[in-house]
Amino acid sequence: MTGTPLLVVDDIEVVYQQAILALRGLSLSVDAGQAVTLLGANGAGKSTALKAVSNLLRAERGRVTRGRVLFEGQDIGRLDTADLVEAGVIQVLEGRHCFPQLTVEENLISGAVSRRLRGRALRAALDRVYDLFPRLVPKRGINAGYTSGGEQQMLAIGRALMARPRLIALDEPSMGLAPLVVEEIFDILHRLRDEEGISLLIAEQNAAVALRHADHAYIVENGRAVVDGPAADIAARPDVRDLYFGLSASSERTPHAPGAPVLTESP
Amino acid sequence: MDFLLEVLVGGLLSGVMYSLVAIGFVLIYKTSGVLNFAQGAQLLFAALTFVSLVEREVPFVAALAITLGAMVVIGLAIERFVLRPLVNQPPITLFMATLGLSYVIEGASQLLWGAQVHGLDLGIDDAPIEAAGIFISQFDLFAAGIAGAMVLALVLFFRKTRTGLAFRAVADDQVAALSVGIRLPRVWVAVWIAAGVVALVSGLLWGARLGVQFSLSLVVLKALPVLVLGGFDSVAGAIVGGLLIGAAEKLAEVYIGPLFGGGIEGWFAYVAALAFLLVRPSGLFGQKLVERV
Ligand SMILES: Nc1ncnc2c1ncn2[C@@H]1O[C@H](COP(=O)(O)OP(=O)(O)OP(=O)(O)O)[C@@H](O)[C@H]1O
Ligand SMILES: [Mg+2]
Repeated sequence: MTGTPLLVVDDIEVVYQQAILALRGLSLSVDAGQAVTLLGANGAGKSTALKAVSNLLRAERGRVTRGRVLFEGQDIGRLDTADLVEAGVIQVLEGRHCFPQLTVEENLISGAVSRRLRGRALRAALDRVYDLFPRLVPKRGINAGYTSGGEQQMLAIGRALMARPRLIALDEPSMGLAPLVVEEIFDILHRLRDEEGISLLIAEQNAAVALRHADHAYIVENGRAVVDGPAADIAARPDVRDLYFGLSASSERTPHAPGAPVLTESP
Repeated sequence: MDFLLEVLVGGLLSGVMYSLVAIGFVLIYKTSGVLNFAQGAQLLFAALTFVSLVEREVPFVAALAITLGAMVVIGLAIERFVLRPLVNQPPITLFMATLGLSYVIEGASQLLWGAQVHGLDLGIDDAPIEAAGIFISQFDLFAAGIAGAMVLALVLFFRKTRTGLAFRAVADDQVAALSVGIRLPRVWVAVWIAAGVVALVSGLLWGARLGVQFSLSLVVLKALPVLVLGGFDSVAGAIVGGLLIGAAEKLAEVYIGPLFGGGIEGWFAYVAALAFLLVRPSGLFGQKLVERV
């Protein structure tokens, strides 16, 4: 692995509609071939951080007002989303966002529109996705709107893969799915990282699963990354266990005041 | 019985022309959520430009090509200078923008070509021909043929090409389309050009039937009941809706008209659409919301 990380988010501030401050100086980095997870409470800023990375803020009238996002050392702040997809960064949106009236296969093909694939090259790219997600094969001719939540999540990931990304940002891939399906999806993400060297940036509410599968974790609070470290270390921290696993007895303590930092940098 | 059939066929044929106008709306509505009120003005501009060129001795084919070029340029300009700056604005803002646009286009047409009424002769007789024992207007047949071919071409384009797939993706979920790297402005440009071509074809057909004059832009009002019936977001709905309205209108004119002392063709479609709206607000083929969380 080289010295410079693949993705660097450097002290960014994000404002929605010129009024709502969603990120206040968030920094993180993802190395090539690394799976990084962002954990944090509702409204902490995880989705916003992902959208800043894949340049999807503009569609929600959000803007990076300070700091930079670097992909392979290049400032990508001015690229539009399509350029960024071509450069190798793609996002799998929260709630999957498959195209409901397109068939499963058409959904996959739509992911390759930017690559202008046709004929045999397109077939090969499709087969690769079907290999990873055999569950999609019998559904290929069915409208995506009629497939199950798990299948839609697989489809959304498959569709992203059709663009040949080097970094995939995933927003809550486990949302609303049964534990077994979640495992299946994270196993495939694992394979993508190991076999294809694709880097992953995963925002998750399901901290237990995410920490088990990620290499590195950041905890986001009030628009900042307040703690980070190897996933195993983070999982072992008692304060994190309290907050995100609800495992220990002290999880019944009174909630912290809104806005006050809950976690502090470990000594 | 033959008479009934004759009325029915006549109605269906004029229905195809309604379908074509309605499709112009659906294309833009599906991809950008804009109800393009300027469609009528575009249609008028196309017909007026064509007829004025022909009157100035420009050969038929050249006039057609020049008008087509003009429609493409207008489509590009609308996308670039009106809609792109207004991206992510609420639908009512976009609708108002196209409303304003329609006056700009109508004004420009008048400035450019004057305000008099022109006859447009596409070289097709309106004489009825006999087929299978019933009489059909030759012009209606021709117009329906052209409109039908146009509709078929559009459907094939959207089903079979990469741009067509991108179009349907954008129509389905704009944010998702953006996230997978589809260039929305390119799709919008393609759609506005397509809408310009539809305006050209329907402008010539309607212009030949009604005469080219400013009231021609009101033809789009005829598309509204079709859209109510077929759903604003369904190409198939626009086709079927157009046929239904065309047929219903003619049948009503002949069979119920006398009860009202005739002349119900003008408003029957709107009443039918209103009644239908109360029963099925999303139209026959409107978006069945298939969604899962
Ligand atoms: N489109 C938007 N317009 C205005 N404010 C927004 C928008 N999206 C998010 N916000 C605000 O930005 C802050 C961060 O939201 P964000 O969605 O990034 O949090 P999150 O960590 O992903 O939360 P969750 O776990 O609920 O998904 C919140 O205060 C939220 O209200
Ligand atoms: Mg979120």
